Amino acid sequence: MDQNQRFRSLFVWGGGALLLMALPLVFSQNTHLSVLSRMGIAVVFALSYNMLFGQGGMLSFGHAAFSGLGAYLTIHALVLMNKGTLAFPVTLLPLVGGLAGMLFSVPFGYVATKRSGTPFAMITLGIGELVAAAVLMLPGFFGGEAGITGNRVTGVTWLGIDYGSQLQMYYLVAGWAFASTAAMYAFTRTPLGLLSNAVRDNSERAEFVAYNPKQVRFLVMVIAGFFAGVSGALATLTYEIVNAESVGLQSSGNVLLMAFIGGIGQFFGPILGAILLTLLQSVLSLFTPAWLLYIGLLFLAMMLFAPGGLSSIIVAHGPAWRAGLMLRLVPSYLAAVAAGAVLLAGTVSLVEMCYFLSDTGRPASLSLAGIVVDPRRPGPWITGGAVLLAGFVLVHFAAGMVSAQWQRLRKDLNARGPLRRDARLAQAVPPVAEVQGTTT
Amino acid sequence: MEFFIISMLNGISFGLLLFMLSSGLTLIFGMMGVLNFAHASFYMLGAYFAYSMGKVTGFWGALLLAPIALGAIGAVVERYGLRAVHKFGHVAELLFTFGLAHLIDEAVHLVWGRSALEYRVPPELDTTLFTLFSTSYPTYRGFMMLVAIVMLVSIFLILTRTRIGLIIQAALTHPEMVQSLGHDVPRLFMLVFAGGAALAGLAGVIGGNAFVTDPGMAASVGSIVFVVVVIGGLGSLMGAFIASLALGLMQTFSVALDYSMLNVLQHFGVVLSSASPLFGVAKLTIAQMAPSLPFVLLIVMLVIRPKGLMGTREN
Amino acid sequence: MNINTIRSSLLGAAMTLLAATPVLAADTIKIALIDPLSGPFANAGETGLKYLRYEADKFNARGGVLGKKIEIVGFDNKMSAQESLVALQTVINQKIAYVAQGNGSSVAAALIEGIAKHNARNPDNRILFLNPAAQDPAFNNDKCNFWHFRFFANSDTRMEAITDHIKNEKQVQKVYLLNQDYQYGHAIAKAAREQVVAKRPDVKIVGEDLVAPGKVKDFSPYVAKIKASGADTVITGNWGTDLSLLVRAAKDAGMNTVFYTFTGGSLGTPQAIGEAGVERVRYVAEYTNNMENKAMETMAVDFKKQTGMDFMWVGYKNAVEMVVAAMQQAKSDDPYKVALALEGMNFKSELADIWMRKEDHQAIVPLSISTMAKLGGKVKYDAENTGFGFRTDAVFAAKDMIPPTTCKMERPAK
Repeated sequence: MDQNQRFRSLFVWGGGALLLMALPLVFSQNTHLSVLSRMGIAVVFALSYNMLFGQGGMLSFGHAAFSGLGAYLTIHALVLMNKGTLAFPVTLLPLVGGLAGMLFSVPFGYVATKRSGTPFAMITLGIGELVAAAVLMLPGFFGGEAGITGNRVTGVTWLGIDYGSQLQMYYLVAGWAFASTAAMYAFTRTPLGLLSNAVRDNSERAEFVAYNPKQVRFLVMVIAGFFAGVSGALATLTYEIVNAESVGLQSSGNVLLMAFIGGIGQFFGPILGAILLTLLQSVLSLFTPAWLLYIGLLFLAMMLFAPGGLSSIIVAHGPAWRAGLMLRLVPSYLAAVAAGAVLLAGTVSLVEMCYFLSDTGRPASLSLAGIVVDPRRPGPWITGGAVLLAGFVLVHFAAGMVSAQWQRLRKDLNARGPLRRDARLAQAVPPVAEVQGTTT
Repeated sequence: MEFFIISMLNGISFGLLLFMLSSGLTLIFGMMGVLNFAHASFYMLGAYFAYSMGKVTGFWGALLLAPIALGAIGAVVERYGLRAVHKFGHVAELLFTFGLAHLIDEAVHLVWGRSALEYRVPPELDTTLFTLFSTSYPTYRGFMMLVAIVMLVSIFLILTRTRIGLIIQAALTHPEMVQSLGHDVPRLFMLVFAGGAALAGLAGVIGGNAFVTDPGMAASVGSIVFVVVVIGGLGSLMGAFIASLALGLMQTFSVALDYSMLNVLQHFGVVLSSASPLFGVAKLTIAQMAPSLPFVLLIVMLVIRPKGLMGTREN
Repeated sequence: MNINTIRSSLLGAAMTLLAATPVLAADTIKIALIDPLSGPFANAGETGLKYLRYEADKFNARGGVLGKKIEIVGFDNKMSAQESLVALQTVINQKIAYVAQGNGSSVAAALIEGIAKHNARNPDNRILFLNPAAQDPAFNNDKCNFWHFRFFANSDTRMEAITDHIKNEKQVQKVYLLNQDYQYGHAIAKAAREQVVAKRPDVKIVGEDLVAPGKVKDFSPYVAKIKASGADTVITGNWGTDLSLLVRAAKDAGMNTVFYTFTGGSLGTPQAIGEAGVERVRYVAEYTNNMENKAMETMAVDFKKQTGMDFMWVGYKNAVEMVVAAMQQAKSDDPYKVALALEGMNFKSELADIWMRKEDHQAIVPLSISTMAKLGGKVKYDAENTGFGFRTDAVFAAKDMIPPTTCKMERPAK
């Protein structure tokens, strides 16, 4: 790594740490801290998922099995600590979760990595379903439907840290999230990490060079299981309850959405996705019951137009940023944002009106951004539809503007000389979600 | 004896319903390599459409129109959705259908509300077909079996006797070659996808009133359909048929099996006390585990033989 | 950067958050309802909101309580225990002191524990939990808690009503227990087993089954099993599709057993069961709309007019009415003082004279057994607009429905 890169990575990581430490100064309310903690947990979970998916090429539908089972073993440990049978620092409990996650990812991983591609995905689906069913069938260990609760304020209190307050809990989550992110990033630079990329891209070729793809995949799965368990333990401490939701298929589906929307092609993609989706799920649901629909629409839109996710969009701006030509894009982007806002307004108003009509417990009238509308009359529908159409048209034109701007930009960039390849970008590979299943 | 025969009939009728559902999915998968997560949602839409259409045209009209509507929806989804995502790979297509399934779920909530609908069996079919010993077998179940068999036979005839069927069969195993020979394979894909969606819709029309029509029906039947398709073999109709019947019978009969590991151990003279840590697992009866057994089969099949029983492709 | 990526960036740009929530007034007594308000269970949460709002409106029309209006604020928990705890944080932030939750005993358990922990860690900012619909018997037994009050009968007591009815039904000889394989179903099966044996030693329990909740599409194998056992009565705690599919399968197979259910008359079940349930499905409830009670009938008719729903969940009504009475008695809306006034309270409700037992904060209420029947005669009102109603067959007074308790409640000092 040269001097520049070293400085840059220090800046990124150091800045990140500082940001994490300073966030509670801005977001000091308990609700905010709780959302931040959830983001932290989601980040670790999504990154561990991307170890499998983005970096290893293994699409898994059952990742929550590892985080959930890790969570269950953690809460059992916590309960033992509450009873006084076990003495262990709460701060290190996520380690227990990680080891627990690994405990299960070894046998499950062994079975699943016998195959790859779609069969692998289906096996993980089966495993996810089985674990979810087993949790309800064995109430003795899993506490049945109600789950198991524990108290994180337990044992010896050091320097006034008992994790009773939301603030202290946030710092625990932030610390572990930072450490896990750093560890997972380090993993991508290890031989095993790079090998998993190779196996993802062309496992047959990896075999020719005398590496066993099955073994590589298995090891990656075990390590991913460890970090999934860590995120499960962090969730356990945040909520102080573990139940069947923790291993549910909904959770597995959720992490898939996070990774994908954030972008599986770059390391930081899932971080973005986790933050965005947690925000949407926490905040959006306060304002509208249609939040599920919006997230679904967002996902589909991403799939159709930017399957590389948000991170691929950001990375695509890299050359422009380095050449100092970002300002050129601003006018067309402003136009695009305005057009997008119109389209959004049209979509949201129609969706909200639909939901209003289908809901039974709503108050008498619907208020859209302060404007009171009555969805029972045709007027608002016509207006909403007109705005939506206008939005589509405007977006079409704005997109054209932006596209033209980009073409000019690209010509200029090419004229200035070949793009400087960034070593870090090189390893982040595919910009597009081209994941092949192989028959090994 | 009564129990055995009735359960046999129940198992077969349930299996045939599963077949109606999975036939479309296995064709889609076999041909396009897309595991359509939204297939169960098409099933749900079929039932909901039949409910709404039935108010205007009656059950028989809905039986004809709802699958056609679903076919149209399938064609649109393929043409404008899947085809756009196709260039990003199979996984992207799979994820697209995944998002689509969620979207359809929410849309159903929006339009038809969240509680179960009163989608009833039409009175002319709500009778007893025959009475075996003291249990009566409803006519509607017989009707379901009839429709499923007619469907199987028609698909078989179409695939083996018509030109388009032969092309589809070829495209199932060698799509690139078929394209090179000058056939419009994308259009074929659209046709097959639409056909699969229509079949799922038909299953919904038939199944929605026998079972409950509510927004949860897609989720409840979705996983089982995947198991059927995978076990039967991706792309094989015969495999799907055998797997559906097998699973239907297994689900039906396992309910009657109240044996657990405890019983087995007792047989060998080993008594496990309730304090033992394994007690929780050992006392689970086969009946309790019945809904999870298909997934065990799924995993076993995928590990041993990912092609499935009679599959033509693995990916 | 191509046109499509751009399009997507626009679509994926920051979501405009359009406010659709009513403005929260300053000086009101707020009761939070943490329930599913979106997703597949939204109906259940919306129902709770409607019930609470109806009651609140009634009091607000008369000037509210202690000079303040009552405001019901809904929080979406998406049917998840974790989300409920997150919603609790928001409730705490907004300084709301009363929390109700109606759907899912496991969610209730999580909330009760969360509230207990919060109250212990923050004695200046305490919260009272009102339970209008979570039936788990544990909440007034080993999981009892000073800050929890249950305003209706738990599942054990409901089973007592069922078995009391069976005691007098001589034609019941063989009983089959079919329940859902989770805590609730297990509790019901256990209660049934113990009580049937105690009250009717001549009756045989000929079979038991536990079905995975929400997973079984085809109940015909279970029906075949019940038939093979020769049972004439089935006691089941199944709800939702698990109940409607079971009853329909029974009708299809021509099986004439009687079903004693816990939710036969509610949650969309009458609609899903339809004619299959007539003279077959029995339902245990505090109130059904054909009970002979003029005051309740008037209220139920008004309720239906205002909300479009049949009045069914007495727990919500009791919760609001008793809490208001307690506030008036304590002359304060401080949760601790209200709790002290609530426990041991005797209350004259339109349904009957009920009381809140001090030992375990469990309300003692009457229960009834009714059977689904065609309209006519005593069956004046139908259930959920199906054309079939529930005919009251037996009413058990509150004094006969007193549950035992193992609660050893820890009381806070002040």
